[in-house]
Amino acid sequence: MAEQKKLAIIATKGTLDFAYPPLILATTAAALDYEVTIFWTFYGLQVVKKERDLKISPLGNPAMPMPIPMPVLVQSLPGMEAMATVMMKQKMASKGVASIDSLLEMAIESDVKMIACQMTVDLFDFKHSELIDGLEFAGAARFFEIAQDADITLFI
Amino acid sequence: MADSTLDAKGLNCPLPILRAKKALKGMSNGQVLAIEATDPGSAKDFESFCVQTGNELIKASESNGVFYYEIKKKG
Repeated sequence: MAEQKKLAIIATKGTLDFAYPPLILATTAAALDYEVTIFWTFYGLQVVKKERDLKISPLGNPAMPMPIPMPVLVQSLPGMEAMATVMMKQKMASKGVASIDSLLEMAIESDVKMIACQMTVDLFDFKHSELIDGLEFAGAARFFEIAQDADITLFI
Repeated sequence: MADSTLDAKGLNCPLPILRAKKALKGMSNGQVLAIEATDPGSAKDFESFCVQTGNELIKASESNGVFYYEIKKKG
Protein backbone atom coordinates (compact mmCIF):
# COMPACT_ATOMS: atom_id res chain seq x y z
CA MET A 1 0.00 0.00 0.00
CA ALA A 2 1.22 3.49 -0.87
CA GLU A 3 2.37 5.63 2.02
CA GLN A 4 -0.42 7.67 3.59
CA LYS A 5 -0.58 11.23 2.26
CA LYS A 6 -0.43 14.10 4.72
CA LEU A 7 -2.16 17.48 4.86
CA ALA A 8 -1.17 20.30 7.21
CA ILE A 9 -3.42 23.35 7.62
CA ILE A 10 -2.84 26.59 9.49
CA ALA A 11 -6.25 28.04 10.42
CA THR A 12 -6.09 31.70 11.42
CA LYS A 13 -9.65 32.97 11.13
CA GLY A 14 -12.48 32.94 13.63
CA THR A 15 -15.60 34.12 11.82
CA LEU A 16 -18.48 31.80 10.96
CA ASP A 17 -17.73 31.90 7.23
CA PHE A 18 -13.99 31.37 7.51
CA ALA A 19 -14.36 28.53 10.01
CA TYR A 20 -15.61 26.46 7.06
CA PRO A 21 -12.62 26.12 4.71
CA PRO A 22 -10.23 24.42 7.16
CA LEU A 23 -12.93 22.06 8.42
CA ILE A 24 -14.32 21.17 4.98
CA LEU A 25 -10.84 20.50 3.64
CA ALA A 26 -9.73 18.58 6.73
CA THR A 27 -12.77 16.28 6.85
CA THR A 28 -12.65 15.67 3.10
CA ALA A 29 -8.94 14.90 3.14
CA ALA A 30 -9.54 12.50 6.04
CA ALA A 31 -12.23 10.79 3.93
CA LEU A 32 -9.60 10.47 1.19
CA ASP A 33 -7.37 8.68 3.71
CA TYR A 34 -5.01 11.58 4.37
CA GLU A 35 -3.43 12.06 7.75
CA VAL A 36 -4.56 15.59 8.63
CA THR A 37 -3.29 18.17 11.10
CA ILE A 38 -4.83 21.58 11.77
CA PHE A 39 -2.77 24.19 13.59
CA TRP A 40 -5.26 26.65 15.11
CA THR A 41 -3.73 30.05 15.69
CA PHE A 42 -4.88 33.61 16.40
CA TYR A 43 -8.63 33.97 15.74
CA GLY A 44 -8.74 30.38 14.56
CA LEU A 45 -8.72 29.36 18.22
CA GLN A 46 -12.31 30.65 18.48
CA VAL A 47 -13.38 27.68 16.36
CA VAL A 48 -12.07 25.17 18.90
CA LYS A 49 -13.52 26.79 21.99
CA LYS A 50 -15.99 24.61 23.88
CA GLU A 51 -18.47 27.50 23.98
CA ARG A 52 -18.04 28.86 20.53
CA ASP A 53 -20.10 31.77 19.30
CA LEU A 54 -18.94 32.37 15.76
CA LYS A 55 -20.39 35.33 13.94
CA ILE A 56 -20.38 36.75 10.49
CA SER A 57 -20.21 40.45 9.72
CA PRO A 58 -21.22 42.22 6.52
CA LEU A 59 -18.92 45.08 7.56
CA GLY A 60 -15.74 45.33 5.55
CA ASN A 61 -16.98 42.60 3.25
CA PRO A 62 -18.53 44.12 0.13
CA ALA A 63 -18.56 40.66 -1.49
CA MET A 64 -21.18 39.33 0.92
CA PRO A 65 -24.49 38.86 -0.91
CA MET A 66 -27.26 40.80 0.85
CA PRO A 67 -30.97 40.05 0.56
CA ILE A 68 -31.59 43.77 0.06
CA PRO A 69 -29.06 46.49 -0.79
CA MET A 70 -27.82 47.98 2.46
CA PRO A 71 -25.68 51.07 3.01
CA VAL A 72 -22.50 50.45 5.01
CA LEU A 73 -23.68 52.84 7.72
CA VAL A 74 -26.80 50.70 8.26
CA GLN A 75 -24.64 47.56 8.41
CA SER A 76 -22.78 49.07 11.35
CA LEU A 77 -25.91 49.49 13.49
CA PRO A 78 -26.22 47.44 16.69
CA GLY A 79 -27.79 44.06 16.07
CA MET A 80 -26.83 43.88 12.41
CA GLU A 81 -24.04 41.39 13.02
CA ALA A 82 -26.36 39.13 15.02
CA MET A 83 -28.98 39.38 12.29
CA ALA A 84 -26.49 38.57 9.53
CA THR A 85 -25.29 35.57 11.57
CA VAL A 86 -28.81 34.21 12.08
CA MET A 87 -29.63 34.69 8.40
CA MET A 88 -26.44 32.97 7.28
CA LYS A 89 -27.06 30.00 9.55
CA GLN A 90 -30.62 29.65 8.25
CA LYS A 91 -29.41 29.88 4.67
CA MET A 92 -26.77 27.23 5.27
CA ALA A 93 -29.22 24.85 6.93
CA SER A 94 -31.70 25.27 4.07
CA LYS A 95 -28.97 24.44 1.53
CA GLY A 96 -27.85 21.31 3.35
CA VAL A 97 -24.52 22.83 4.41
CA ALA A 98 -23.18 21.23 7.58
CA SER A 99 -22.92 23.31 10.76
CA ILE A 100 -19.49 24.13 12.16
CA ASP A 101 -20.34 22.05 15.23
CA SER A 102 -21.00 18.95 13.16
CA LEU A 103 -17.99 19.45 10.88
CA LEU A 104 -15.76 19.80 13.92
CA GLU A 105 -17.28 16.66 15.38
CA MET A 106 -16.67 14.79 12.13
CA ALA A 107 -13.08 16.05 12.00
CA ILE A 108 -12.48 14.70 15.50
CA GLU A 109 -14.21 11.42 14.66
CA SER A 110 -11.95 10.96 11.64
CA ASP A 111 -8.82 11.48 13.73
CA VAL A 112 -7.85 14.91 12.44
CA LYS A 113 -4.99 15.96 14.69
CA MET A 114 -5.43 19.44 16.18
CA ILE A 115 -2.81 21.71 17.62
CA ALA A 116 -3.59 24.96 19.44
CA CYS A 117 -1.04 27.76 19.29
CA GLN A 118 0.15 28.21 22.86
CA MET A 119 1.33 31.75 22.16
CA THR A 120 -2.20 32.77 21.12
CA VAL A 121 -3.65 31.03 24.18
CA ASP A 122 -1.39 33.25 26.33
CA LEU A 123 -2.05 36.36 24.25
CA PHE A 124 -5.84 36.13 24.59
CA ASP A 125 -5.74 34.76 28.17
CA PHE A 126 -7.57 31.59 27.17
CA LYS A 127 -7.52 28.65 29.54
CA HIS A 128 -6.82 25.19 28.18
CA SER A 129 -10.09 24.12 29.82
CA GLU A 130 -12.02 26.60 27.62
CA LEU A 131 -10.89 24.73 24.51
CA ILE A 132 -12.13 21.37 23.26
CA ASP A 133 -10.49 18.23 24.60
CA GLY A 134 -7.79 16.45 22.65
CA LEU A 135 -5.82 19.51 21.53
CA GLU A 136 -2.05 19.53 21.63
CA PHE A 137 -0.55 22.86 22.73
CA ALA A 138 2.57 23.89 20.84
CA GLY A 139 4.24 26.55 18.75
CA ALA A 140 5.65 27.29 15.32
CA ALA A 141 8.51 24.79 15.58
CA ARG A 142 5.96 21.99 16.08
CA PHE A 143 4.09 23.11 12.97
CA PHE A 144 7.25 22.90 10.87
CA GLU A 145 7.95 19.41 12.16
CA ILE A 146 4.57 18.41 10.71
CA ALA A 147 4.68 20.60 7.58
CA GLN A 148 8.10 19.37 6.43
CA ASP A 149 6.60 15.90 6.21
CA ALA A 150 3.29 16.97 4.60
CA ASP A 151 2.35 16.53 0.94
CA ILE A 152 0.07 19.58 1.08
CA THR A 153 0.31 22.63 3.36
CA LEU A 154 -2.38 25.31 3.46
CA PHE A 155 -2.58 28.65 5.22
CA ILE A 156 -6.17 29.75 5.74
CA MET B 1 -27.94 -5.03 -6.68
CA ALA B 2 -26.41 -2.83 -4.01
CA ASP B 3 -25.48 -4.23 -0.61
CA SER B 4 -26.16 -0.93 1.11
CA THR B 5 -27.79 2.37 0.24
CA LEU B 6 -27.11 5.96 1.29
CA ASP B 7 -29.59 8.79 0.94
CA ALA B 8 -27.52 11.96 0.62
CA LYS B 9 -30.27 14.03 -1.01
CA GLY B 10 -30.41 17.62 0.22
CA LEU B 11 -26.87 17.48 1.59
CA ASN B 12 -24.17 19.80 0.33
CA CYS B 13 -20.39 19.52 -0.01
CA PRO B 14 -18.60 17.82 1.69
CA LEU B 15 -21.37 15.83 3.42
CA PRO B 16 -22.20 13.33 0.63
CA ILE B 17 -18.53 12.30 0.48
CA LEU B 18 -18.17 12.11 4.28
CA ARG B 19 -21.35 10.03 4.61
CA ALA B 20 -20.24 7.72 1.79
CA LYS B 21 -16.86 7.21 3.42
CA LYS B 22 -18.55 6.34 6.71
CA ALA B 23 -20.95 3.93 5.00
CA LEU B 24 -18.11 2.18 3.14
CA LYS B 25 -16.21 1.78 6.38
CA GLY B 26 -18.92 -0.51 7.72
CA MET B 27 -18.99 -2.67 4.58
CA SER B 28 -16.93 -5.63 3.38
CA ASN B 29 -14.49 -5.54 0.46
CA GLY B 30 -16.22 -6.01 -2.88
CA GLN B 31 -19.62 -4.91 -1.59
CA VAL B 32 -21.53 -2.18 -3.45
CA LEU B 33 -22.84 1.06 -1.95
CA ALA B 34 -25.65 2.86 -3.79
CA ILE B 35 -25.87 6.61 -3.23
CA GLU B 36 -28.52 9.16 -4.11
CA ALA B 37 -27.54 12.84 -4.01
CA THR B 38 -28.83 16.19 -5.21
CA ASP B 39 -25.57 18.18 -4.98
CA PRO B 40 -24.53 18.79 -8.62
CA GLY B 41 -20.90 19.00 -7.45
CA SER B 42 -21.12 15.40 -6.28
CA ALA B 43 -20.68 14.11 -9.86
CA LYS B 44 -17.05 15.22 -10.06
CA ASP B 45 -16.47 14.69 -6.34
CA PHE B 46 -17.42 11.01 -6.33
CA GLU B 47 -15.19 10.45 -9.38
CA SER B 48 -12.28 12.09 -7.55
CA PHE B 49 -13.10 10.26 -4.33
CA CYS B 50 -12.89 6.90 -6.09
CA VAL B 51 -9.70 7.78 -8.01
CA GLN B 52 -7.99 8.72 -4.76
CA THR B 53 -9.30 5.99 -2.46
CA GLY B 54 -9.10 3.07 -4.90
CA ASN B 55 -12.81 2.28 -4.62
CA GLU B 56 -14.53 1.65 -7.93
CA LEU B 57 -17.25 3.90 -9.31
CA ILE B 58 -19.28 1.34 -11.22
CA LYS B 59 -22.27 3.52 -12.00
CA ALA B 60 -23.01 7.24 -12.21
CA SER B 61 -26.24 8.64 -13.61
CA GLU B 62 -28.66 11.51 -13.19
CA SER B 63 -32.39 11.81 -13.52
CA ASN B 64 -34.60 14.79 -12.62
CA GLY B 65 -31.90 16.43 -10.52
CA VAL B 66 -31.12 13.29 -8.52
CA PHE B 67 -27.68 11.80 -8.99
CA TYR B 68 -27.25 8.07 -8.55
CA TYR B 69 -23.92 6.36 -7.90
CA GLU B 70 -22.77 2.85 -7.20
CA ILE B 71 -19.39 2.42 -5.55
CA LYS B 72 -17.71 -0.96 -5.14
CA LYS B 73 -15.51 -1.11 -2.08
CA LYS B 74 -11.93 -1.90 -3.02
CA GLY B 75 -10.39 -5.26 -2.28
